[in-house]
Amino acid sequence: MSELFDFTGWTCPAPLRDHPAIVMGHGGGGKLSAELIEHLFLPAFRNSTNAELGDSAVIELGGMRLAYSTDSFVVRPLFFPGGNIGELAVNGTVNDIAMSGARPLYMSAGFILEEGMPLEKLALIAESMGAAARRAGVALVTGDTKVVDRGHGDGVFINTSGFGIVPDGVQIGPSRARPGDVVIVSGDIGVHGIAIMSVREGLEFGAPVVSDTAPLNGLVAAMLEETRAIHVLRDPTRGGMASTLNEIAQASGVGIAIEERKLPVPDAVRAACELLGLDPLYVANEGKLVAIVPANVAEQVLACMQRHELGKRATIIGRVTDQHAGMVVARTGIGGMRVVDMMIGEQLPRIC
Amino acid sequence: MKYLDEYRDPALAQRLFDEIRRITTRPWAIMEVCGGQTHSIIRNGIDQLLPPEIELIHGPGCPVCVTPLEMIDKALAIAARPGVIFCSFGDMLRVPGSSMDLFRIKSEGGDVRIVYSPLDAVKLAQQHPQREVVFFGIGFETTAPANAMAVFQARQLGLKNFSMLVSHVLVPPAIAALMESPVNRVQAFLAAGHVCSVMGTWQYNPLVERYHVPIVVTGFEPLDVLEGIRKSVLQLEQGRAELENAYPRAVQSEGNLAAQKMLADVFQITDRAWRGIGVIPQSGWRLSANYAEFDAETRYAVTDIHTTESALCHSGEVLQGLIKPNQCPAFGKQCTPRNPLGATMVSTEGACAAYYQYGRFIRAEEVGVAQ
Repeated sequence: MSELFDFTGWTCPAPLRDHPAIVMGHGGGGKLSAELIEHLFLPAFRNSTNAELGDSAVIELGGMRLAYSTDSFVVRPLFFPGGNIGELAVNGTVNDIAMSGARPLYMSAGFILEEGMPLEKLALIAESMGAAARRAGVALVTGDTKVVDRGHGDGVFINTSGFGIVPDGVQIGPSRARPGDVVIVSGDIGVHGIAIMSVREGLEFGAPVVSDTAPLNGLVAAMLEETRAIHVLRDPTRGGMASTLNEIAQASGVGIAIEERKLPVPDAVRAACELLGLDPLYVANEGKLVAIVPANVAEQVLACMQRHELGKRATIIGRVTDQHAGMVVARTGIGGMRVVDMMIGEQLPRIC
Repeated sequence: MKYLDEYRDPALAQRLFDEIRRITTRPWAIMEVCGGQTHSIIRNGIDQLLPPEIELIHGPGCPVCVTPLEMIDKALAIAARPGVIFCSFGDMLRVPGSSMDLFRIKSEGGDVRIVYSPLDAVKLAQQHPQREVVFFGIGFETTAPANAMAVFQARQLGLKNFSMLVSHVLVPPAIAALMESPVNRVQAFLAAGHVCSVMGTWQYNPLVERYHVPIVVTGFEPLDVLEGIRKSVLQLEQGRAELENAYPRAVQSEGNLAAQKMLADVFQITDRAWRGIGVIPQSGWRLSANYAEFDAETRYAVTDIHTTESALCHSGEVLQGLIKPNQCPAFGKQCTPRNPLGATMVSTEGACAAYYQYGRFIRAEEVGVAQ
């Protein structure tokens, strides 16, 4: 290490110091979000179950292992190409539960409604939540409604939570990636984020892209039927693939090396990213998962994913390594290397 | 993707790397002027694959990096006003002013919006006649035509609630300033392709002649950048100093005449301060007298600006290629992308942010620390 720079104490030189109040980046799923959790929430909440910080917590209860998760949805606009906030809210929690290998069973839904929200729109949102729950095979069994003054919310905010049961023999968690493992992504990346951005005020552009929001529990169940040897599952939502892979690298104390040329990025997403100066690795997904599996089952898992409707374009994008622990690097299209860092706050369109 | 994949072809890139390696016999320092080129070099890992003799100096062509602190502080003061909708390109939001950034203004209730085009700000002004819409018009000759068009349209539409905070900068005076510096190390320039697609290449002939320095108009895709480097090295090795165009598919010698006409109408040349470098004479644009009513600086008469640049930040020396980012004492310690002291640590094309990413992975000697 002596020839390298001194990196000790680099990761968080000034935790929470430079922002005395919440900024948008604290919700972006990148470094600021992670710091908020690490320095503000975890010290207050600390217990043995939340230590792993996966998409869901796994709790032992009555001889069973329950995966338990919650997610809040603040989407603007409420209706976007390919979906709306309602199905996003159901699929989001279903997927968080599925990422521990669990079969999601029951969910709650909490609504914070803004005065003046048209009932017609709310009914459409509720309808699509019901439809999404039926598609995923979960039951929405409890809920809550609150109303805030006009101007204090974007029409509707939704929180969902839910739980499922982890099958015997399944040990999936963000800290279980091992050197030599193979990194698989279930399909095209960056689709949801670009679909949302294309209709956001100030950025409207015509992109033939619709959100990929979908429940992933069926795909996960199929993969687990094939083998229970899967080490890590994550759905790369906010912060995109880059943030998810960084979280895994840090939680497992390993390095991850991906091949940029192998990333499945649809042309329309690439074009939008080129135009806006964004990196598809940082753009949100809502119906994709990253699987990290031992090399000896990689081809088998890949084939199984490709047989599933939501994994047709699954592909191997890289490997876990014992080099550069805690860090993700990409081999670029022309053969150079670059560090794929975690996003700081939100990804911003570049000026040039 | 058409028009992109052709210029990212790994086999052709390898041939260019081989060719550059073959013709290089001694050390050369080449500056890529534009931040977009720096971004491409970093994003594709180009400089790691070049022969060790070639040193790329990341130039001052990153608008986010060189917009003067005083202008950022003015932007912050205007954005904090009630009734104002302040519109900006996205990556300006994180640039630190003397005490805060636009994100902080937003979190404290300021109406700060990211727009992709200045024309979207004009649209906002039409949609919100009761509000004052201010656009932060920064950048080089590349962003200037669209900004000029926004002001032009605002006048056509008779909008009284639209104004622009203009801090435009120009490439040729910056190249001259760098060459005039007694400590200059740059031996050849990759000129900014998109700046030239607007302004043409004729502005660069006098620079080539006066300073006997090769200037190669260069694009942004990996093969474009490599071709620009190859042409520069060839000139240097042969002792030539010429203006060459390595980006002919986008750049013609006369440039975009319609855009130039619009620019001449809306803007006029002015002295401009560059963050980290200082005032360069005749190096910027401000609104011309015809459009003075749209000037946010006079409309809001922001006074009481007392700028304080971080005493630890050496970004000026970095922008001039005098030190490498990792030679700054604050680099990676007090100053990180998470907590930037200077703008060069903010933007992905900023030299410091780029080095920060490398530094975690590649040894210091491999990134070529200046002696």
